[in-house]
Amino acid sequence: MTTQAAKIIYDEEPGSPPSKISGAQAVMEALVREKAEIIFGYPGGAIMPVYDALYSYQDRITHVMTRHEQGAVHAAQGFARATGAVGVCIATSGPGATNLITGLADAYMDSTPLVCITGQVASPLLGTDAFQETDIIGISLPVTKWNYQVRCADEIPHILSKAFYIARSGRPGPVLVDIAKDAQFAATAPIDKSVAFIRSYQPKPDVNYDLLKEAAALINRSERPFILFGQGVILGKAETEFRRFVEKSGIPAAWTLLGASALDSDHPLNVGMLGMHGNYAPNLLTNACDLLIALGMRFDDRVTGDVKRYAQKAAVIHIDIDASELNKVVTADVPIHGDLKQALPELTHWVEEGTHTEWVNRFAGLYQEERVSVIDPELFPSKPGLTMGEVVRRISERTNGDAIVVTDVGQHQMVAGRYFRFKESKNLITSGGLGTMGFGLPAGIGAKLGRPEKTVITIIGDGGFQMTLQELGTILQTGVALKIVILNNNFLGMVRQWQELFFEGRYSSTEMVNPDFVTIATGYHIKAEKVTRRSQLDRAIDNLLEHDGPCLLEAVVEKEDNVFPMVPAGASVSEVRLT
Amino acid sequence: MKNPYTIVILTENHIGLLHRVVTVFTRLRLNIESIAASESQFEGVHRYTLVIHETEENAQKVVKQLEKQIEVIKASFFREAELIYREIALYKLSMARVLENEKINSVLHQHDARILLIKNEFVIVEKTGTKIETQALYEALEPYEILEFVRSGRVALTPASDEILEAFRHLQRQQDDPLVIEEKRYACTAPSAN
Ligand SMILES: Cc1ncc(C[n+]2csc(CCOP(=O)(O)OP(=O)(O)O)c2C)c(N)n1
Repeated sequence: MTTQAAKIIYDEEPGSPPSKISGAQAVMEALVREKAEIIFGYPGGAIMPVYDALYSYQDRITHVMTRHEQGAVHAAQGFARATGAVGVCIATSGPGATNLITGLADAYMDSTPLVCITGQVASPLLGTDAFQETDIIGISLPVTKWNYQVRCADEIPHILSKAFYIARSGRPGPVLVDIAKDAQFAATAPIDKSVAFIRSYQPKPDVNYDLLKEAAALINRSERPFILFGQGVILGKAETEFRRFVEKSGIPAAWTLLGASALDSDHPLNVGMLGMHGNYAPNLLTNACDLLIALGMRFDDRVTGDVKRYAQKAAVIHIDIDASELNKVVTADVPIHGDLKQALPELTHWVEEGTHTEWVNRFAGLYQEERVSVIDPELFPSKPGLTMGEVVRRISERTNGDAIVVTDVGQHQMVAGRYFRFKESKNLITSGGLGTMGFGLPAGIGAKLGRPEKTVITIIGDGGFQMTLQELGTILQTGVALKIVILNNNFLGMVRQWQELFFEGRYSSTEMVNPDFVTIATGYHIKAEKVTRRSQLDRAIDNLLEHDGPCLLEAVVEKEDNVFPMVPAGASVSEVRLT
Repeated sequence: MKNPYTIVILTENHIGLLHRVVTVFTRLRLNIESIAASESQFEGVHRYTLVIHETEENAQKVVKQLEKQIEVIKASFFREAELIYREIALYKLSMARVLENEKINSVLHQHDARILLIKNEFVIVEKTGTKIETQALYEALEPYEILEFVRSGRVALTPASDEILEAFRHLQRQQDDPLVIEEKRYACTAPSAN
């Protein structure tokens, strides 16, 4: 095994990349070239040469040391989702690498562009069960868009460039590059060009314009068309094109959890959230519409409920950049493989201007029903205990909707998605497909580091907070001004809700004995406050938002509140319940 | 309704790709009935032939999932009637039993099979054909005590479709494209011997 330290040989103008560098330096040069100015990670034996190289690049690359590799990968996800850029994280071999898996799986499900770099034992040791050797390529294969093991330094510049290209293009996703330790030490030369072409990979499909015309004809003929939009609008940077399409066609539009914020919450044609805890009208009327126009979404089972009884009267137009999503769950009459940014203007051109007053009014009518039985009692409660909804409402009002909301997973996530009034795209960052508890705190850190000018608020349950609360240490060390709101119901609330509704109230392992969260935060020198009463809430939220620096607010909420509406698992969207 | 489908995949020749390809099938819980993989007519491009017994819908899904893999150049599925396909089977027979029974030659002739090797203790017979044909020979040879038997995965050409041919033509046309040349320059070769 090579042990000589990497030597930098600068023989040209300062600022230009050196012509002969170590593999580890090549990693740094690649990061600089890809403009990865903030990265997340955790050091260890097999990645030490990279960390050593990093030491000389501190003026160009800020490395945020988290307290756990899971924290690093979630932070990179939060960064990527808030900025639209590729998130980068670094870990050592063996346990460092395996700790990334949950985040990779999460990013794969939610199409988040990531480049994860892991150290690996030196190549002669591969396959020998060497110390901290693990087959991370095999382990990460099902949860990465692409992965690759580098065994010689000469591959590093090109492979990393390729990794970034793959991560960000087409349907984005996580990529893992595993670099043997000897390759990090060995000498190589940087490349002069970034990768922007792979012959076996076509990230931008050619949109079929005939199909778009056909889709437009269907739309123009339909009486009760309904738009479903997902994160594809955001990932495709097609928010403007999307709004034009909605406004010209006059068609009501509902969002998946990950599509939230692609169209502002107050837009008159925004009829709310789809799915299990989505709004009443969009769920119910899915089975009344005669045309579904699905844009950049993938018919997740949390959205469709029982697929056999989903959109029964509707023809389906489905546009997605990932061909494998077309006809995967719901068979489309007009499946269109394409990028929304390119497809939507064409579709907008062909659709007639329309108002579907009567149809839109049906949504409004059902909204009133939901409002009376669910929304008002949640947002303006008369019972003594605090509700999650009123906390979210206050935050939304006090920030005027101008904030990035990051959530964890559970009841609070649904409440945040439902009640925050989003004004700007990419303002909800949440673990959708994988539903990863422990995502919220580190993802919030990454989001705030990526968008320091924005207010970033992480809303977390007492359960999920304790899954990654070690990242308070990252906040302490970086001083990142993240606002943390714990909605503490002393339960694994979402699971408890299911136990109440579907398991006869048998609360098996869901009640939590919790620590004093304020003391914990204070131990990390993070300002913290706890509220239990309504009269304290406004003041406390003001304190949280006004404090110059990181701050934590624990709101003790009703222990056994439920999130409604609800489409029970396996039920049809028509069976959405208000109570 | 389930039917046999043959899936033809063209990929870059990279380490670990077989793993990725197989994972696509296992995730959909599709049993691979047979698999053959080797270098294609085009340097650096591998050709896989897999057979599944499945619904057409699943065959379609698996092909889309395969095409989604970065290093898969082309994936297609074919019905039986669209293909010319063959498997190769080898049979090792006991010499003692062969000597006892002289009809062996007519059996081999009848089945269009041939002898590859004769040793004191055994005879090795080769037969190329469809699975039904190699199976029929298997049954016919049972009286000769089959000491060992092996059958390859299916290989297939697609006379009823130009899809694969078109993919190769496309690769050929791309050959001189500066982007392809550039990509080749950095092609990830096998690890250096260090
Ligand atoms: C890592 C992980 N483990 C388990 C679950 C299952 N799960 C989903 S929601 C939930 C409860 C979350 O409780 P809490 O964080 O207190 O939030 P609440 O629902 O009370 O808002 C659990 C355990 C999960 N989503 N992720």
